[in-house]
Amino acid sequence: MERNALIQKLEDKAPRYRVDILEMLTEAGSGHPGGSLSAIDLISALYHGKLRHRPDEPHWDRRDRFVLSKGHGVPAQYAVMADLGYFPREQLWTLRKLGSALQGHPCKQYLAGIDASTGSLGQGLSMAQGMALASRLDGDRYQVYCMMGDGESQEGQVWEAAMSAAKYKLGALTLILDYNKGQIDGYTRDVMDLEPLGDKWRAFGWHVITIDGHDYAQILDALDESERVVGRPSIIIAHTLKGKGVKFMEENIGSWHGVAPSREEADRAIAEVRRRANLSLEEAVR
Amino acid sequence: MKPLRQVFGETLARLGAEIPELVVLDADVSKSTKTSIFAKAYPDRFHDMGISEQDMLATAAGLATTGMIPVASTFAIFGTGRAWEQLRNSVCYPSLNVKLVATHGGITVGQDGGSHQSVEDLATTRVIPNLRVIVPADGRETAQVIEHIVREVNAPCYVRLPRDGTPDVHDENYTFALGKASRLREGQDITLCACGVMVSVAIEAAKALQAEGISAAVLNISSLKPIDEEALIQAARKTGALLTLEEHSVIGGLGGAVCEVVSGVLPVPVVRIGLDDLFGQSGSADELLGHYGLTVTHAIAGAKEAIALKAESNPMRW
Ligand SMILES: Cc1ncc(C[n+]2csc(CCOP(=O)(O)OP(=O)(O)O)c2C)c(N)n1
Repeated sequence: MERNALIQKLEDKAPRYRVDILEMLTEAGSGHPGGSLSAIDLISALYHGKLRHRPDEPHWDRRDRFVLSKGHGVPAQYAVMADLGYFPREQLWTLRKLGSALQGHPCKQYLAGIDASTGSLGQGLSMAQGMALASRLDGDRYQVYCMMGDGESQEGQVWEAAMSAAKYKLGALTLILDYNKGQIDGYTRDVMDLEPLGDKWRAFGWHVITIDGHDYAQILDALDESERVVGRPSIIIAHTLKGKGVKFMEENIGSWHGVAPSREEADRAIAEVRRRANLSLEEAVR
Repeated sequence: MKPLRQVFGETLARLGAEIPELVVLDADVSKSTKTSIFAKAYPDRFHDMGISEQDMLATAAGLATTGMIPVASTFAIFGTGRAWEQLRNSVCYPSLNVKLVATHGGITVGQDGGSHQSVEDLATTRVIPNLRVIVPADGRETAQVIEHIVREVNAPCYVRLPRDGTPDVHDENYTFALGKASRLREGQDITLCACGVMVSVAIEAAKALQAEGISAAVLNISSLKPIDEEALIQAARKTGALLTLEEHSVIGGLGGAVCEVVSGVLPVPVVRIGLDDLFGQSGSADELLGHYGLTVTHAIAGAKEAIALKAESNPMRW
């Protein structure tokens, strides 16, 4: 798809995905709005703009792999997957319910199209690395993408994988960091500061790209750049807003990590997402 | 019903005033484990280690070597799972005075699903030498357990709490003692041995059995290790059949522990209620208890099965 048309498509879809996320969580009565809303633009751009995949053939062996290491953000991935036809849209409303394929944290055994079961933070990058090593053994047939939270990157295992992916020169591996500055106990900088983060990854031998994680042009450029990098893994440090799109969440990220909105709050949030979308549409027309 | 983790947090804060050596650590879930209550009262003695359970447990070990009394807290799956080997080698091997008090044990965690539901932790902690393993059944017992292990026990302890509250099963005269089971109900035909959230289920089942003319005793085995061997042998001798109930795999937890005790001394039929070698999944706590067979109805059926086995195994003896 032509670049501007792709960006327009992503812009059009963004508010719909946000509404789906809010509806899903409200219907479920639990879950993680903040980190789903911060990640949705990145996940949407990845699926629509970069991943080679086949929704009707989820086990296609040459597909690019995507490991959502911050598994609690999975409502964002489910919203995109439903839209792409991995499963019927109605299934979104079964999120977190007994027997649902849409588990609270992504589970490979429950849903085709999920490449890795996650939820326990810090393990996804290693799994993605295993996939990237397999891709190489298989003749470099696919790229591997992993998305991680900023709080999550406090896990020691992340840095073990950071070392090994550099040792194995995994150019096929791209890590996307959803740098939304929040975790459960508060701001990441207060709980366990990560900075200087770009320097850390560079010191570990990674190619580092820093972007605004809600700007589609920047996201797509970064994904293209990371694909061109050979001989070392890439990290896209995406600066994002926790709860992006819903003002009362953006302004109080500490309260919206792992709590679903009430029906009334969801209605307010959805109205706001719609209003903001209309605004930007009008601006685009002008 | 106050969540037991709330009781835990409040108890810590109370003890913090009296015990200057008490230090609390958490791994970015203090709002959920309720160590945040201690953190607010004693910010200097609270350490949020970020999302790094292994670092937290081994740091607690280091604190303990100096005479501090560290209490480390996170969710059961991560404290005993991610940091198992730190617990084993840094804490228990040298028998350091570290308390790991984990919340969100078992399937009643609910909607977060199988990745967050710890159904193996009683097995994986019970097997570690030097470690005490305790599963309180209600709020009163939780407060007593926390105070007891902080004040009286100079050794590694693992305490497992659920996410939610539980009905009171002990009255104000109750005193927790490590290594002692509490007898909540007398009975002749079978003994229901339970821990944690399943204790109140056992009591309800015993009442229902009573109505059917079956007399069931109930033991709260909150102290899984050391376990009250005497009470178990006595129960085996008196009632001749045991039913175990736990929010855990039927392998290696309370059911396993009870079998280990009676099989060597006085083998009697033991029916184990718990997760049948399965992972949990998303769902509400109640739905999951039903789905995995951890309800009063299942307990009644299990009790009858054990009683039938006893008749079958040795009709003359009983
Ligand atoms: C190993 C592990 N420890 C703790 C948790 C509990 N937990 C779930 S989400 C979360 C905070 C995650 O913060 P971050 O990675 O920044 O995610 P985001 O802000 O994007 O939601 C924590 C501690 C977990 N899921 N896994």
